Amino acid sequence: MYGNLSIVEPLVGVEQEDPEKLAEFEERIARGEKIEPTDWMPREYRRQVLRMVEQHAHSEIIGALPEGTWITRAPGFKRKLALMAKVQDEVGHAQLLYSAAETLGKPREQMVNDLLSGKAKYSNVFNYPALTWADTAIIAWLIDAGAIINQTLNSKGSYGPYARALERICKEEAFHLKYGYDNVVTLASGTKRQRQMLQEALNRWWKPIMHFFGPPDNMSVHSQKLLRWKVKMASNDEMRQMFLDAYVPKIWELGLTIPDPKLRKNPETGKWEYSDPDWDEFWRVINGNGPCNRERLAVRRMADEMGAWVRRALLKPEKQYVAPLF
Amino acid sequence: MKLEPELLPALKDLLYRMADDALILGHRHSEWTGLGPILEEDIAFSSIAQDKLGHAYALYQLLHELGEPEPDRVAFFRDAPEFRCCHLVEYPNGGYDFSLMRHFLFDVAEQWRYYLLEQSRYEPLAQLARKVRGEIKYHVFHATQWVVQLGARGTEESHRRLQQALETAFPLALGIFEPSDYEEVLAHSGIFPGEQVLQQRWLEGIAPILKQATLKMPDLSDVVPAYGGRRGIHTPYLQPLLDEMGEVIRSEPDAEW
Repeated sequence: MYGNLSIVEPLVGVEQEDPEKLAEFEERIARGEKIEPTDWMPREYRRQVLRMVEQHAHSEIIGALPEGTWITRAPGFKRKLALMAKVQDEVGHAQLLYSAAETLGKPREQMVNDLLSGKAKYSNVFNYPALTWADTAIIAWLIDAGAIINQTLNSKGSYGPYARALERICKEEAFHLKYGYDNVVTLASGTKRQRQMLQEALNRWWKPIMHFFGPPDNMSVHSQKLLRWKVKMASNDEMRQMFLDAYVPKIWELGLTIPDPKLRKNPETGKWEYSDPDWDEFWRVINGNGPCNRERLAVRRMADEMGAWVRRALLKPEKQYVAPLF
Repeated sequence: MKLEPELLPALKDLLYRMADDALILGHRHSEWTGLGPILEEDIAFSSIAQDKLGHAYALYQLLHELGEPEPDRVAFFRDAPEFRCCHLVEYPNGGYDFSLMRHFLFDVAEQWRYYLLEQSRYEPLAQLARKVRGEIKYHVFHATQWVVQLGARGTEESHRRLQQALETAFPLALGIFEPSDYEEVLAHSGIFPGEQVLQQRWLEGIAPILKQATLKMPDLSDVVPAYGGRRGIHTPYLQPLLDEMGEVIRSEPDAEW
């Protein structure tokens, strides 16, 4: 549901790489070639791609929680089946992405441990609660829409296993978007109470949606090299503009109000203008102090502890960890 | 097939029992979403849950054709005393051990039930049975593989847990075969040979797999079957499940969702 290095860590030690190999590597990327697991790559490329793919995988399994809690309450067979299938897809994406990340040399268990210890990050949006059924509709439509924007871009990225995983993921996400939109339209054209529920959900989710693509470009100064290496495919602001362009008109078309009085497209620049979506809150949440951070990790830890005996029973001590070739 | 009017209550009772089982167990399985012991099991339980929901829907649809309300109405608006599911499917998931054992015991019974129903004189049910059995085959395959893995090829702990789960789930599973008031009617009319026949097939079906899993099947004479579900007497777990399931749809009962 989400994959993007929205917060870029400074690159370290690139100058210590063999200049000839580095130049050849960058030429390959410039020619549009994919980098495969056994190819030479700068240590920093490996670290940054691994961090991105791992964060994406974590986001998928944590993302299953806010929507998953509504499977048991989904209204009617059609919605129940669709939501089950959707959340199952997200867990499937996590499986695919952990495998892609493993090709860079870090076992899945270790990644899961880093998630549970709070060392690894995941998308901020999943630290907000889905309070009503309408929240699940907004998530499935607009969060998945945002995800499709960055994942479609990233599927053109340079790391082969990640790009191929994303191509498959995007196909499934396209269905989620249809499901979410259908759900939103049903509520928007429903009873007064349903419309109100939907509007309130949009009000709650607008800020997290604006945060979704990460802090504004002027806050992250280390992107250039990653853009050249095709680890990042567009800047955070560029993606946010693409999202607003595509979805604000659709939201308005449904008769919904976006809770930002300053939101408008400047006819001269062709860019959307909006209020400051409170970047302090973004940093608070990413640093572990959002409304649901503790709950999400607590649930994951509980699941991990409850299932530990099963994993122990599957372990074959004589088998060695091997990074998959993807 | 022209259905004799006196067969109708018997047929409906059978269909409700089957549909309610599938709905409630599908609901329970879906609660594993995001919480499985490994991602692959998360995904597997979700697939099985979706199949179960599909079976429930198809059976409620048959009931609808026999004059009962629409599937959404029947599934989401009834309260516990109107349900005909067995106690086995109502129990909370507990750990993976209980959930897996329940899945195994239930699906072996389902496999045989649908096998017997392929010969049903009620053609719509026979047709459905032929379709569903192809899916249940994979549910049984999945459950069997895991029961044998954790019972015989895992650790001492996994073996102990599975044995305990078997002892907990076994009396509940016998409740699947609680005889109804219509056993004879169903058997004579050729609709369904009856719960006793099914229970015998089930016992013969699970025995070799449990043996392979090095698990000891409880002695039938020591076990009191958990009856009551087929007559609307349920565990305290069912009503809260139904309240949760109906929470949204019941808030605006006439709206489109």
